[in-house]
Amino acid sequence: MPKAFSVTVNGARVGVTEDMTALAAILLSGTTTLRRSVSGEPRGALCGMGVCFECRVTINGEGHCRSCQIRCAQEMDIRTDD
Amino acid sequence: MRARAYDVVIIGAGIVGAACAWACANEGLRVAVIEADIIGGGATGAGMGHLVVMDDSEAQFALTRYSRSLWQQLVPELPDDVEYESCGTIWVAADEEEMQAVRQKKEFYEVRGVSAEVLDAKALRAAEPNLREGLVGGLRVAEDAVIYAPCAARFFIERAQSRGAELYLPRVVTEISAEGVRLNDGSVIAAHRVVNAAGTWSPMLTPGIEVKKRKGHLVITERYAEFVKHQLVELGYLKSAHSMTTESVAFNVQPRRTGQILIGSSRQFDVESKKVDASILKRMLERAADFLPGVNRLAAIRSWTGFRAATPDKLPLIGPWVGRENLFLATGHEGLGITTSLGTAKLLADQLLGRASEIPIGPYLPSRVPESVHA
Repeated sequence: MPKAFSVTVNGARVGVTEDMTALAAILLSGTTTLRRSVSGEPRGALCGMGVCFECRVTINGEGHCRSCQIRCAQEMDIRTDD
Repeated sequence: MRARAYDVVIIGAGIVGAACAWACANEGLRVAVIEADIIGGGATGAGMGHLVVMDDSEAQFALTRYSRSLWQQLVPELPDDVEYESCGTIWVAADEEEMQAVRQKKEFYEVRGVSAEVLDAKALRAAEPNLREGLVGGLRVAEDAVIYAPCAARFFIERAQSRGAELYLPRVVTEISAEGVRLNDGSVIAAHRVVNAAGTWSPMLTPGIEVKKRKGHLVITERYAEFVKHQLVELGYLKSAHSMTTESVAFNVQPRRTGQILIGSSRQFDVESKKVDASILKRMLERAADFLPGVNRLAAIRSWTGFRAATPDKLPLIGPWVGRENLFLATGHEGLGITTSLGTAKLLADQLLGRASEIPIGPYLPSRVPESVHA
């Protein structure tokens, strides 16, 4: 069984397992707007495979992380729409 | 004398040529602008777009201050895509010696009526928390600003056109003659006066002018809002800009309206290739990280190069070219052409119309005998 723990998405705890991506955690939290375009339009994950860059979020303080390419880890702090 | 189509034909639609076109058209002159490529496609589009007062020499100070005040008057009219941001400049001092230079700079500015504020180490960190610890202080020049220069050049051309100026694009000038200019299709555009505002290309059309290419590199990052709030330049920048050695780098970063960070700067003489030079880029980024350690965690999305039109005494060439009655120059602006485009345009128009300028023009005349540049 993959290890289970929780991460935070915009400050709220979300239960995940270690085989899940940060994107999965974000979607589980009910959040679909991951970032804003330069003109302020909402953006969300499109390709899910690291190509489109639309799923970028702030993870542990680091901006522009592609959430579809990063697995959840303990104590991970995820912020969307920064 | 046969009537000619234009009073003045301007070669080059970089920001300098564009500003000159607007100023001349505003004076009621019949203006043609000839551009070989696109508006602002040379140094205008490659540079940072920093509107800055510089005090390398009295003449440089006079022209940059005059020009910055012209930009400030223009702000209400600038279109949104010019992205004018009055973020100010902070000249960063890394040691006591540079802090001494900060105080001298402050006094120099104060005496001449330009406001500037000395920051101690604590005030510097409060203003820019991402700067490393251990920096000694800085000088904040709050009225400096940044723009997106290619859009400013386009705006100037549009204004000139609304005053009757005509834009020939893309057209390549092969020769400046007594008649006007000859294009590469053999046709002649007749004009009473010709202005060579072709930047790094200007010596090709006017052999003998002392303009050399000086290559620069820039990097732009993803959007990181508030990572820096001012244009940050190391005091040692002057050492880099000044030295006539073949290559140097200096810490010079700029916040864009989008939240992106523009990272510079480098200077290289005697390089023709437009390729990004990995070793220069590395040195430049290491220099940036020395002042802003967090730079190492930012994602860069693009790097590119450009060429400044450099003169031996760091001052532009504005005015009649000796021995050629119908030819005027507006070139050689090195890294300050965005700032000084507006002042240049005024000085040039004044000369074409034979009237006095608001600042002394002697130091910029192509016929000048260069003073030795003080270090």
